[in-house]
Amino acid sequence: MIKFIETVGRGLIRFVEEFGLVMFLFLAALVWMLRPPLRLRAVLKQMEFVGVDSLLVVILTGTFTGGVLAFQAYHGFRLFSAESLVGSTVALSMTRELGPVLTSLMVTGRAGSAMAAELGTMRVTEQIDALYTMACNPIKYLVVPRIIAGVLMLPVLTIIADFAGIIGGYLVGVGLLDINSGIYVAKMIEIVELDDIFNGLIKSACFGLILSLVGCYKGFYTSGGAEGVGKATTQAVVVASVSIFISDYFLTAAMF
Amino acid sequence: MIKLVDVHKSFNGQKVLDGLDLEIETGKITVIIGRSGGGKSVLLKHIIGLIRPDRGEVLVEGVDITRLNDRRLNDIRKNFGMLFQDAALFDSMTVGENVAFPLNEHTRLKRRQIDEIVRQKLLQVGLRDVAHKMPSELSGGMRKRVGLARAMALDPKVILFDEPTTGLDPITADAIDRLIVDTQKHTKATCVAISHDIESTFKIADAVAMIYHGKIIVSGTPDAVKASEVPALQQFIQRKAEGPIMNHHVLDM
Repeated sequence: MIKFIETVGRGLIRFVEEFGLVMFLFLAALVWMLRPPLRLRAVLKQMEFVGVDSLLVVILTGTFTGGVLAFQAYHGFRLFSAESLVGSTVALSMTRELGPVLTSLMVTGRAGSAMAAELGTMRVTEQIDALYTMACNPIKYLVVPRIIAGVLMLPVLTIIADFAGIIGGYLVGVGLLDINSGIYVAKMIEIVELDDIFNGLIKSACFGLILSLVGCYKGFYTSGGAEGVGKATTQAVVVASVSIFISDYFLTAAMF
Repeated sequence: MIKLVDVHKSFNGQKVLDGLDLEIETGKITVIIGRSGGGKSVLLKHIIGLIRPDRGEVLVEGVDITRLNDRRLNDIRKNFGMLFQDAALFDSMTVGENVAFPLNEHTRLKRRQIDEIVRQKLLQVGLRDVAHKMPSELSGGMRKRVGLARAMALDPKVILFDEPTTGLDPITADAIDRLIVDTQKHTKATCVAISHDIESTFKIADAVAMIYHGKIIVSGTPDAVKASEVPALQQFIQRKAEGPIMNHHVLDM
């Protein structure tokens, strides 16, 4: 019993310690974000990496998720002759929930892991120390551009995923399942409100912050050579993904 | 001048520096020797403020850098250059961009002027036509040369070397030794190196200090140090497995 309490206590202390360090990194990044210069080139490079380079994966995920949603909804709604609601169901699910969450998870796997691996490698090969010795703050130089890119690009990618999902749903619903095109679109426009899209975008900006902050944190504090970098990368994906799901619940509860 | 006064540092309860005192002469090459894991790197990182001591002072031209805020510490760091053990080149940048990095960060020079300085610094370390290459395309010795060119980019008053010859073949190691001596002559900078390479140490040093059990146990000119009768030092420079160093627990960092 005592051992159990000890283990739980140790885990709790570690969690509080790590959470404190993440918050410290976040606050330090905020402070450095406000100090000129902005380092626009570094920010644009990260925006390209997080945003443009994730386009294909996000479009594919969105399209097929929209398609499968249409399939599933159709089979359910057909039981009580409500096939006309398939379009609005797909659109609502995509804009409120699946667009932001799936996009963030895909970008976490692609870019969040890369952030942890890149910063982790820089840490273990002393490149981060080298930045300090050259009177250049690594948080300003490495962390700030990644966080800005995460927060700005995730909503953009989410809009694209929403759109791709709606198109995917339309192709399946109208093209394969023969739902009337006019009714499909009209019902969707009638039921989906601007707030649904807008709140989804706010969520995705929060997820962008989470995945970039966790990726940077895990990389920035890496130790233990190549093995450490591997661990940091895995942990970045796991911690960011779980944090996205948990925060999704609370954000949704607060917004809708 | 650089002076460390009664510096203490522990990691996870393990003492690495234990009341260390050291004075480094301006315009000379000082080599700090000691066993691997004996606190040499930690000592070097204290000099440039990468690690703050638990207690004690690190004086750079009379200013205790352990008490400075980031901005003032960065002002001091601009007078320093550091060559890391594996060069620590930014692998996302070309060799030229690496050497240009401190110039882009801290000067308002035009692109053409920076390119010229980069060319000169690379020539000084014996490299030509490599500016466009990526660090991964270079050998270990060449990477160290580029690292030194980058460390010298802002014409620092102090250059720190973290085990400059470790991991190099004897011929390349000798070339790096000569490069350090030539660089010092050319720039008149104060050079501090840490090493466990005895041959290299006595080839380049104007002053030698040995760290043992977190303290400097001997320091002075190479001849004076060689003549010293401190058993741990003699065991170290004669490369003997048996002696006082084996009888005591050596700090593992």
